[in-house]
Amino acid sequence: MRRSVALTVNGQARTVEVEPRTMLVQALRDGLGLTGTHVGCDTSQCGACTVLMDGMAVKSCTVLAVQADGSAVTTIEGMAHDGELHPLQDAFWENHGLQCGFCTPGMIMTAADLLAGNPDPTDTEIRHALEGNFCRCTGYQNIVKSIRAAAEQMRAASVGGGGQAS
Amino acid sequence: MTVTIGAPLRRKEDPRFLTGTAHYVDDITLPGMAHAAVLRSPYAHANIRSIDTSRAVAMPGVLGVFTGTDFMEYNPLPMAWPAGGSAGLQNNVNTPRILATDSVKWTGEGVAAVVAETREQAFDALEAIHVEWEPLPAVVDAEQATQPGAPQLHENAPNNVVFTWTVGDRDGTDRAFAEAEVIVRQRLVNQRLIPNPMEVRGDVGRYDPASGEYTIWMSSQTPHIQRLLLAAFVMGVPEHKIRVIAPDVGGGFGAKIYCYADYAMVLGLSKKLAGRPVKWVETRRESYGSTTHGRDHITYLEVAAKRDGEVTGLRVKTYANLGGRLSTIGPGIPTTLYGRLLAGPYRFPNVWCEVVGVYTNTTFVDAYRGAGRPEATYVLERAMDLLADELGIDPAEIRRRNFLPPDAFPYRNPSGLGRAPNGAEILIDSGNYEPALDKALAIAGYERLDEAKAEARGRDKYLGAGLSTYLEVCGVAPSKWIGAVGEGWGAAMWESANIRVHLTGKIVLTIGTSSHGQGHETTMAQIVAGELGVPVEDVIVQHSDTQGTPFGYGTYGSRSAAVGGTAAQLAAGKVKEKAKRLAAHLLEASPDDIVYESGKLYVRGSPDRAKTIQEIAFAIDLGFDLPAGMEPYLDETAYYDAPNCTFPFGTHVAIVEVDEGTGAVDLVRYIAVDDVGNRINPLIVEGQIHGGIAQGVGQALWEGAVYGENGALLSGSMLDYALPRASWLPDLELDQTVTPSPTNPLGVKGVGETGTIASTPAVVNAVVDALSPLGIRHIDMPLTPARVWAAMQQAKG
Repeated sequence: MRRSVALTVNGQARTVEVEPRTMLVQALRDGLGLTGTHVGCDTSQCGACTVLMDGMAVKSCTVLAVQADGSAVTTIEGMAHDGELHPLQDAFWENHGLQCGFCTPGMIMTAADLLAGNPDPTDTEIRHALEGNFCRCTGYQNIVKSIRAAAEQMRAASVGGGGQAS
Repeated sequence: MTVTIGAPLRRKEDPRFLTGTAHYVDDITLPGMAHAAVLRSPYAHANIRSIDTSRAVAMPGVLGVFTGTDFMEYNPLPMAWPAGGSAGLQNNVNTPRILATDSVKWTGEGVAAVVAETREQAFDALEAIHVEWEPLPAVVDAEQATQPGAPQLHENAPNNVVFTWTVGDRDGTDRAFAEAEVIVRQRLVNQRLIPNPMEVRGDVGRYDPASGEYTIWMSSQTPHIQRLLLAAFVMGVPEHKIRVIAPDVGGGFGAKIYCYADYAMVLGLSKKLAGRPVKWVETRRESYGSTTHGRDHITYLEVAAKRDGEVTGLRVKTYANLGGRLSTIGPGIPTTLYGRLLAGPYRFPNVWCEVVGVYTNTTFVDAYRGAGRPEATYVLERAMDLLADELGIDPAEIRRRNFLPPDAFPYRNPSGLGRAPNGAEILIDSGNYEPALDKALAIAGYERLDEAKAEARGRDKYLGAGLSTYLEVCGVAPSKWIGAVGEGWGAAMWESANIRVHLTGKIVLTIGTSSHGQGHETTMAQIVAGELGVPVEDVIVQHSDTQGTPFGYGTYGSRSAAVGGTAAQLAAGKVKEKAKRLAAHLLEASPDDIVYESGKLYVRGSPDRAKTIQEIAFAIDLGFDLPAGMEPYLDETAYYDAPNCTFPFGTHVAIVEVDEGTGAVDLVRYIAVDDVGNRINPLIVEGQIHGGIAQGVGQALWEGAVYGENGALLSGSMLDYALPRASWLPDLELDQTVTPSPTNPLGVKGVGETGTIASTPAVVNAVVDALSPLGIRHIDMPLTPARVWAAMQQAKG
């Protein structure tokens, strides 16, 4: 009982054969070989599997692959362009926002969702946005710092690049 | 020394983690790979009457179903660190087999394995295995397990006692208590924790029928040790026929140090499948039951003192829960790494410690971040506060009065750190505790806390401050000590490093330690780059593959920088020496006249005719023109056995507010002043402290493994076990003092565990301080709202 699911993954049209029970994270990892999205738990708590689905952060361990049919999915592999890191990736690097790196993809995708809706979050807002993402290494401090730094850089780029200051 | 040591460089290893291109075990797919899943016991204690696998074997995609009897060619797992010393010879060691054969001792012990074409098929088939169980009574509490009438786990361990181990001076301590002006007593529970690295454990095993060689990728902190243990103790295969690779490892915190049953299982399964690779990755729920836990002590604490606050004696009895069977170094943690360190930074003239190691129907317990030292620090720092409360002396003042003074070092502590049975001496080599205390108190505004407390009362909050003036033992090393006959774990503790300067110019360092988040690829490169005077980018660090790296004991005990880093530095020194000899030959000078500066070599006075280390290496590697007796290739190895451990210390201050209505604790501020010696990369050091504190705070306030009376793990998932979340923690305020370690030439001490060791008692002391107006003097962890609220109601009558 295989089903074919059509997705736009990191800007590319992809189809993947899945079972009805297959989760989006398994379709990405096993079906498409995108192993940057991680599985850290089985209770939808840890957020290591977070991806953007139609622009919104979702835990891909809790979305059936068939539910994602027709969606645009962005994973950590789709964040850098032409060898240039996304400002979030760059900020995590500069501010030591990662140690073992296992939670990092989920953290970055969650942060991307946050900054899309709130380009200038307070530390408290950042910490609340990370409620669904566990990190066991960093104590979160440098993750918060990284997201703040990325927000700053993205705001500056948006002002400088698009003249969208208001 | 160049600027690379001490520079807050961003990490060399980060790009692969940031772009999703790192490779953890579960990211590895090999051609023809099959998938294994393990059926685990639903009972905490039961006999296995029979296992019927016939239905499972017939399920779609199933390649085989195996039980414990299919792995009898392999030995039970090794236990490498008996308590030793006063506990004598341990002849009651019970360790897991690959799969249980006759009985299970905890919920989650493996009893059967399915191998199938896909992971889903393997899990489906587990459901079709029928086990006929004979449930037995269970016991989960270590103290209760030693009482008459308790369920018995193992025939060779009456009353479930693994060992009774003592250290210190019993008579002297008894005298101190007989003469004491004041005695405080408290029962403390240091609850069981579940380490929870974000990546669960897993392996990919491959047997090569042609060569008889095994390769295993495992999520491990200790690839070299695992090869040794698998070869020599479990599988009976020559060491050279096993290759262990720890690819990118998503955190460990101690839980990935050990020899687990699944290693030999996946290799054995691959052999049974004629060489098809086999992957097994635990689920998180599975991990909660089958990967080691930490802590789980019940302690009776007594402190003897004079009325002026001077401590005169410390008496401790601890029941240490070791689980249903023993893990690789389980008994060593609550003994050597706990009892011997109990006196901490204080001048206790007399210490007596008795530890009873106990079997219970729970998951096995082993080192978890800090490993024995957090338990010791918790006992000691609670003791200082209880004594301060009893005498009406400020907690900062009572610590100050009892600190070892700066001229006390080297210091032989009375809880037995210094005297291994073979005569090896471990002395506390350095320390200067008051400046860290003063700094932390100043940052915290300790003098003005009464105002803050009064202000908080106006908001129906109780505010409190808690101190932890910890001393830890890191850089776990000296082989003569750790390997002492009758005390140690029968292995050594040195580290290794090899440097090869390739013909194409890169300096490749291979090491025996194993990074799993600590940033060795950066830190170790900084050490070598600093020593050789080359850019950090030119030093490539490779690790965690037994084929291609020198043997090392691995990464734990905050030892990689102090021991492994020193080995890297020494290897670089050897590279310099050989380069100098060749430079002397090429430049027609004496080696004594060659200057090595910023990666260049020249004859003193002629810097214009300098050759770079790469040019020299190229010449040595080719070997066209070498001086008599010099071997080609610039390839140097150093093995370093440290003469001593290292002794980081510091003061942490927690400030909390407790809500009067709900008992909820809010960690308002957290100040950490740590002395970890010189800092190779301050960015990484601070990251280690942040993470360590978060884990220690987690124990104080939220985390705890909870077993039902029947032995069911009630906190058996991430949904039920409260890990710290971002919004629960404040911005941590870090500062430092620097007392370089005199033990190693880098002057480093180790920083992986300080935060965890220090923070737990600081937070508990703060909550108790906050609630002291109600007469509360102790609450056992975790200090959840329900527990705190109940204590407040009880205190209020």
